[in-house]
Amino acid sequence: MLEFFASNYALNLLILICIYVILSVSLNLIIGYSGMLNLGHAAFFGIGAYASALLALAGYPYWICFIAAVFFAGLGGAMIAYPSLKLRGDYLAIATLGFGEIARAVMKNWVSLTRGPLGLPGIPKISFFGLTLTTKFQFFIFALIIAILVVLFVSKIVKSPFGRVLRAIREDEIAAQAIGKNIKKYKVIVVITGAACAGIAGSLFAHHITFIDPTTFTLMETILIVCMVVLGGVASIRGSVIGATILVLLPEPLRFLGLPTSMAAALRVMIYAALLILLMIYKPNGIFGEWRFRHAKSKEAL
Amino acid sequence: MTKHLLTIKDLDSWYGQMQVLHEVKMHIDKGEIVSIIGPNGAGKSTILKNIFGLIEKRKGKIFFDGKNIIKSKPENLTKLGITYVPQGRSVFPNLTVQENLEMGGFIRKDDLSEDIESVYKKFPGLKERKDQKAGLLSGGEQQMVAIGRALMLKPKLLLLDEPSLGLSPQMKALIFEKLIEVNKDGVAMVIVEQNAKMSLNISDRAYVLELGKNKMHGKGKDMLRNKDVAKLYLGGG
Ligand SMILES: Nc1ncnc2c1ncn2[C@@H]1O[C@H](COP(=O)(O)OP(=O)(O)OP(=O)(O)O)[C@@H](O)[C@H]1O
Ligand SMILES: [Mg+2]
Repeated sequence: MLEFFASNYALNLLILICIYVILSVSLNLIIGYSGMLNLGHAAFFGIGAYASALLALAGYPYWICFIAAVFFAGLGGAMIAYPSLKLRGDYLAIATLGFGEIARAVMKNWVSLTRGPLGLPGIPKISFFGLTLTTKFQFFIFALIIAILVVLFVSKIVKSPFGRVLRAIREDEIAAQAIGKNIKKYKVIVVITGAACAGIAGSLFAHHITFIDPTTFTLMETILIVCMVVLGGVASIRGSVIGATILVLLPEPLRFLGLPTSMAAALRVMIYAALLILLMIYKPNGIFGEWRFRHAKSKEAL
Repeated sequence: MTKHLLTIKDLDSWYGQMQVLHEVKMHIDKGEIVSIIGPNGAGKSTILKNIFGLIEKRKGKIFFDGKNIIKSKPENLTKLGITYVPQGRSVFPNLTVQENLEMGGFIRKDDLSEDIESVYKKFPGLKERKDQKAGLLSGGEQQMVAIGRALMLKPKLLLLDEPSLGLSPQMKALIFEKLIEVNKDGVAMVIVEQNAKMSLNISDRAYVLELGKNKMHGKGKDMLRNKDVAKLYLGGG
């Protein structure tokens, strides 16, 4: 048993779980706690990965790469914060989806910077303060610490008075304004914070896999993260942690069937889809959710 | 113009390309109850949204306490003493009654407990339900929570959009009774109502709005007796 957990296979999975926990918890902050249907999360993930990888390849120490990942992903967040103020519901979803596609197109076509579809191989190992994370186990401990810090940070936000206002905005924007809150400020802060956290996940991912290319940061990836949030329960931190864990582990048994990769990939998507449908039928609030999307009340349109 | 609590001067207002208000004029004095009545789509709600700074495309002047607030944002208007109870059940449904009231006083720095108690005193029945989610209350109770929440900001002017919409006749009467009580504490009110009888009854003055324009204006009781008003807005009464 212990041997299994120490194996590279298990450690890889555990590291991925940490990365996806960060992604789903940060997306839940935006979607679940603030009610903004954001379908561009993979873009922030990718921006963080590229920022971190490019600087690391240019020889910068890891802490600078890490900060850059947070900064540039946050900057991406600032760019969609503006449509987030103007749009709601389906329209916001489409706008953020467009942002995600644009970000991916940039990764693919800005060849002089990103090498385009060739991707960035040989991303160096993480090292800071003279310490290099050489083994998978060390990397896992690092990823675990970061994931725990992000989870604590987001939990702290949603439990604070700030988080209460977020819930108020989610429930009724006009009423939230009626109690004197500047809802634009709150939305901008939330989108930037969620995006910056996804950037952290991107940095971990880049240095874990050591190779990135634009195909990782697609709409499919966003949908996977949305599934994690919805499965665990919208507006539940605990739910997002569990949703990420389940969906990282779920397709693993497929590996042992010895299917060709193309088929395994298709099967994985089908499993996610089936799971989502079952969820919508039997547990529309997710495992721990307190809230689900419904159609915006017409009076909210201004 | 400074002698009125609120003065609206020649207000034009648009949704996109569509002009909805045309040179609307009105005023509200300290401690007054003023009704705005008129048919569906006349622009009544739009006037309240304008006062509360929710409309971007507009022209004209709105003075509150002598200050032009045409450029002010809702969060600043609440600080000046204006609050707004939107049309429909405007509570935070997943927050408890108590939390709704606390949210009402969220921007205040001082202790809220006394004012929460006074809301419970004013609206008996809410206290027993203080730990229930507001979304599970009856329509009338939700309206009381919404009004109570607005009172937590100690407003000088309360804007109420169809406070009796969809309520039973007894509940309607109760809500209006409560509004009179709130008014006695010195809170001026603008009430928008389609079903205007009760609202005119408790109003000092009223404005009739039609197609986004001022149509008529007078004392609340006089309006009740006015034949045109009766025919058009009081259901033959
Ligand atoms: N958000 C909006 N976008 C576009 N048009 C709107 C919007 N809100 C209202 N309108 C239009 O503006 C006009 C005035 O609407 P308003 O809601 O102010 O009327 P009202 O007098 O409150 O009507 P009701 O009695 O039905 O509540 C109507 O023609 C309405 O269709
Ligand atoms: Mg209306």
